[in-house]
Amino acid sequence: MNNAIAGRELIDALPFSQALGMQLEEIENGRAVISMPYDTRLIGDPRTGVIHGGAVSALMDTTCGASVISLPDGSGVTATIDLRIDYMRAATPGARIICTAICYHTTRTVAFVRANATDSDEPDAIPVASAVGAFTFQKQGIDT
Amino acid sequence: MIGRSPPEPVQVVKERRDRALDALVRGVPYISFLGIEFDRRGDELTALLPFKGAHIGNPDLPALHGGATASFLEVTAIIGLGWSILWEEIESGAVDPATISPERLPKLPKTIDLTVDYLRTGLPRDAYARARVNRSGRRYASVHVEAWQDNRARPFAQATGHFLMPSRG
Repeated sequence: MNNAIAGRELIDALPFSQALGMQLEEIENGRAVISMPYDTRLIGDPRTGVIHGGAVSALMDTTCGASVISLPDGSGVTATIDLRIDYMRAATPGARIICTAICYHTTRTVAFVRANATDSDEPDAIPVASAVGAFTFQKQGIDT
Repeated sequence: MIGRSPPEPVQVVKERRDRALDALVRGVPYISFLGIEFDRRGDELTALLPFKGAHIGNPDLPALHGGATASFLEVTAIIGLGWSILWEEIESGAVDPATISPERLPKLPKTIDLTVDYLRTGLPRDAYARARVNRSGRRYASVHVEAWQDNRARPFAQATGHFLMPSRG
């Protein structure tokens, strides 16, 4: 099966991603877009209603993993090795957060990914957070 | 023993500290959503993530979702740092825990960045974590946190994060 289609089914079935309300928007050729609607259960700062950084991290991790799964030459399986997240600003309370991840390089065993999360439709808006990570990677049909 | 006040009864001390910790944790919806609890021994906190099916990432393995692990580490780091600030304030008498209420919550630090290191697969069972504040200045703090499951010596994830300290007062 095509990795983008298989990846879509896989990402849609992740219980933790479902619990956070994540929705897969796009997935193809090492690029994935996932949105997460505003939800009061995910609030980290009750004074302001801003979403907890941990929920944003979960969104980033899922989207980055999805981008790796969608690679046409990959096995369709991955795990996070490490992920660094920078929080540039608080997400606007009430707004959904959209994360875009791009796998920009792979070796035989590692996939390198960058991601941006935004709560705005404006293309020039400063992201809420950005991430960079390394993920496990296997070429299709190669056993390790 | 002239001029020295008697030590406080142990129940009074425990109640004051437990009330302060509860105020710090209870107001955050995302902590309740994940089901994270905190066990206190003196000033040391251990975070507990009781296993729930909703924490699973890949149902075929099954394994904890990397996002659940990252969230657990970040919550532990923020509460660990927030607690170390609050501890000083209540033990010095600067803040009276009786005045802490859901309407007047202690301010929490804000995450600047967090680097999560996934060491092993998170198994579908309870997880524990402890945070260590490596540096805590007036503006910034650096915190390391480790999470384990069955065996304390075999952590399944660790993270280092930088945090913006809450403004005082």
